[in-house]
Amino acid sequence: MSQPDLIIHDEKDNVGVVVIETTKKGQECNAWIMENDKTVNVSSINEVPLGHKIALQDLKEGDTILKYGHDIGKVVKSIKKGEHVHVHNVKTKKW
Amino acid sequence: MEIPKSFLGYKRENGRAGTRNHVIILPVDDISNACAEAVANNIKGTIALPHSYGRLQFGADLELHFRTMIGTGKNPNVAAVIVIGIEPKWTKRIVDAIAKTGKPVEGFHIERTGDIGTIMKASKKAQEFSQWASEKQREECPLSDLWISVKCGESDTTSGLASNPTVGNLMEKLEPFGVHLCFGETSELTGAEKVCAARGATAEAKEKFMKTWNAYNDFILKEATDDLSESQPTAGNIAGGLTTIEEKAFGNFQKIGNLKFIDVLEPAEEPTKGKGLYFMDTSSAAAECVTLQAAGGFNIHLFPTGQGNIIGNPIEPVVKLTANPLTAKLMREHVDCDVSKILSREMNLSQAGDELIKTMLRVANGRLTCAEALGHREFVMTKLYRSA
Repeated sequence: MSQPDLIIHDEKDNVGVVVIETTKKGQECNAWIMENDKTVNVSSINEVPLGHKIALQDLKEGDTILKYGHDIGKVVKSIKKGEHVHVHNVKTKKW
Repeated sequence: MEIPKSFLGYKRENGRAGTRNHVIILPVDDISNACAEAVANNIKGTIALPHSYGRLQFGADLELHFRTMIGTGKNPNVAAVIVIGIEPKWTKRIVDAIAKTGKPVEGFHIERTGDIGTIMKASKKAQEFSQWASEKQREECPLSDLWISVKCGESDTTSGLASNPTVGNLMEKLEPFGVHLCFGETSELTGAEKVCAARGATAEAKEKFMKTWNAYNDFILKEATDDLSESQPTAGNIAGGLTTIEEKAFGNFQKIGNLKFIDVLEPAEEPTKGKGLYFMDTSSAAAECVTLQAAGGFNIHLFPTGQGNIIGNPIEPVVKLTANPLTAKLMREHVDCDVSKILSREMNLSQAGDELIKTMLRVANGRLTCAEALGHREFVMTKLYRSA
């Protein structure tokens, strides 16, 4: 049971959360899926700090971000697999 | 871990038990704060609860004011109460309602006497109450005497990943012991409202929740001049990696584990359907929410934080936990329970839940929380609309 770089809540999720202080550019990250105890790998495109999200697949404008297996917002600027996902490329569907 | 079946609390006249033994000086209104604070300064072992409202309120807003005042006085963490208001009528209304618990309570009004005379009279009574309360001893009480409220603050993604699920794990483990549990934060369930409603134990509870959430959402849509994205999520939430209100809501929702709620409470309303989990309609502002839950009768609070909220309450001890390793390191004096090892997988959720149960019971038995040691006494009334 090694220390993961990312944690993913649910198998359906398309983002993972950084749980180390920060990822380095090009870092091969070890991502642990809590729900089924599996591990996947994703290469971090940016330096992403603790608590922030990284895309697990390519996403285009209008796509839905899934976390906890649920809809948490829409993509407003296309995102590459491994890219930082935050307020610059994702917005709420409320309000 | 075998869960202890009891804690050491203060048994009260009405059968409830407290984790604390406060003698409070409760001002009815803003202009009586000076008097209340002077009495608390005179008499050791008492605390004043100054606040900003209580004049010219009306309708549901006034009812909420009374419910909060009375509920605070009735809370089993309070041994005895001095109520001080400008006028006799509203003062008496609060005194009479608190007196139904059987605890010592006395009211004083300032009109026709002035501050100095009132301070003298109230101080004499406060001294009597303080010395009386100081002889109360902790006794063994069943776990079911714990009424546990929860609310998270300065959340980040570590809240949803680990500290909120730790609270959920505690709830799942303690519910069979017959505790009362309460979560709130109507606004911060936005995005997860339908999933939350589905956790109502009955059709009535589900319906009541949706009605409450819809009323809140209609109000926001009517009053908002922007899209709330400056407030929800907050700048602190965004710095911590939370992107949308939906993400925050699903993280927030982890606090109730797999439980169902049996009823929906008005702000500061005391639950009456027995043991189990309740949802209370509250703001998501930390001090307002905990003040309402304490007024509902809850006697110990669990507060998971990500980026490091520092809130405390004058009568309900606030136990803080974090899963953010940076917060645990940089704001150590605010963290009662560090569960950051969940993120490195050196600790699993069940172990974290056990740690939190141990910490909470130490606090229930009398250990000061970080917030108590640091002097946090945030007593903040919720106001529904402007006064007349």
